[in-house]
Amino acid sequence: MKAARAALGLVSLFAATWAVAQGTLETRRSGYQDMGAALRQMQDDDTANPGMLFVQLGAAAWDKPAGASGKSCADCHGAASGMKGVAARYPAIPPGADKPVDLGGRINLCRTGRQQAEPWPAEHRDLLALEALVALQSRGEPIAPPADPRLAPFRERGAEIYRRRQGQLNLSCAICHDDNAGKQLAGVVIPQAHPTGYPIYRLEWQALGSLQRRLRNCLVGVRADAWPLDAMEYVELETYLMDRARGMKIESPAVRP
Amino acid sequence: MTRAWQLAFLLALAAPVASAQEALRPYVVTGDAIQRSLTGRPGDAARGRAIVANRSAGLCLLCHSGPIPEERFQGTLAPSLAGAGSRWSEGQLRLRIVDGARLNPDTIMPAYYRITGLQRVARPFAGKTVLTAEQVEDVVAWLATLKE
Ligand code: HEC
Ligand code: HEC
Repeated sequence: MKAARAALGLVSLFAATWAVAQGTLETRRSGYQDMGAALRQMQDDDTANPGMLFVQLGAAAWDKPAGASGKSCADCHGAASGMKGVAARYPAIPPGADKPVDLGGRINLCRTGRQQAEPWPAEHRDLLALEALVALQSRGEPIAPPADPRLAPFRERGAEIYRRRQGQLNLSCAICHDDNAGKQLAGVVIPQAHPTGYPIYRLEWQALGSLQRRLRNCLVGVRADAWPLDAMEYVELETYLMDRARGMKIESPAVRP
Repeated sequence: MTRAWQLAFLLALAAPVASAQEALRPYVVTGDAIQRSLTGRPGDAARGRAIVANRSAGLCLLCHSGPIPEERFQGTLAPSLAGAGSRWSEGQLRLRIVDGARLNPDTIMPAYYRITGLQRVARPFAGKTVLTAEQVEDVVAWLATLKE
């Protein structure tokens, strides 16, 4: 017994050492892991997850013709299930462009370019619903930013913003989400800020919302001048955050407090 | 629980900024302390306690815990304020509130009475200190009572 236990101890010690040596010991945590059991259960149960109601709206929008083209998403893309893996690789630089767009931006490009319809404004319910539908197809897929070298400067700028102190309270994203993640800010566990679940249904908002909206909340929190929702800075931050979360699993539409 | 954080920030935005347009009072740093009251008068400890507890004024409990039992949601990013008055003199406490970065350039604690060296401050707060000179003195007066 004793020997067996000792052997087991050794094995797990080796396993841990091995993992460290391989750089595979996963210390990253999704915000999901920082939530209480009730919220995790709400996210896990599709009949309880309010984000799934938006997925249904998204499914209706997917099939609905729009704009001067009279075409629907389905007319070009077929079933939404064909979108598997797509949400896991945005932001990306679309063909013919020189700047990355996030998933919402990409959907709006189809809307204006292919459907010849008005773009949706940021946080429009139908846009978020389509994002949720598309992101759902990548549930469980590892985040996999494209190898496109043109993304590097955008990712770098995102990293720079992440580390820069700002606002009247003079804090950076890194101070909270790298240096103090897991500690409590006025009783709230600070998550590691991995963008695994967007768009999210946030109880605080009583609505589905984008990563941009979440980032704005943090900026307002430190009393910084928040960029408008369509600003490039958010895409840069997202490009950095997705790289930082590379390999973590998509869990959209997530639930957050 | 997130209510607390969200509320803090909503209130923070909505709160009238008390330090509006007030000219910064000059002060002298000697060693690791500011010996003289910023206002020339002693602060009021009871008001100081209320400022520390208030999530839109002091914001202290975002990061610190302290002997304010009615505030359930306190922070774990910083040492407890309990006993601060036995560890530090009033002058030392004053500098730590006014501009702690003078003692530790990497500190995450905001400078409560400084308007320089900040980036992208939201418009309602631009050019304003987090606390007024009077509020700083009130907070110092309360902290000084925290003997262990
Ligand atoms: C003062 C601390 C603080 C700062 C500074 C801060 N955040 Fe946050 N952030 C939080 C807290 C606390 C939460 C969780 C809030 C909640 O659950 O209601 C959060 C949530 C998030 C989330 C959501 C994570 C999830 O699981 O969905 C992201 C992403 C994020 N922050 C990114 C950022 C970025 C990027 C910056 C800088 C622009 C930033 N934050 C600045 C405290 C901070
Ligand atoms: C964003 C986080 C944050 C906020 C907000 C904050 N502090 Fe601090 N404070 C710290 C940290 C971290 C330290 C530890 C010393 C350092 O890093 O310089 C500290 C140190 C102190 C100390 C010295 C503690 C000791 O006993 O050594 C006092 C006193 C203090 N803070 C009071 C306050 C008061 C009063 C407020 C509000 C008016 C406040 N702090 C707001 C983070 C914060």
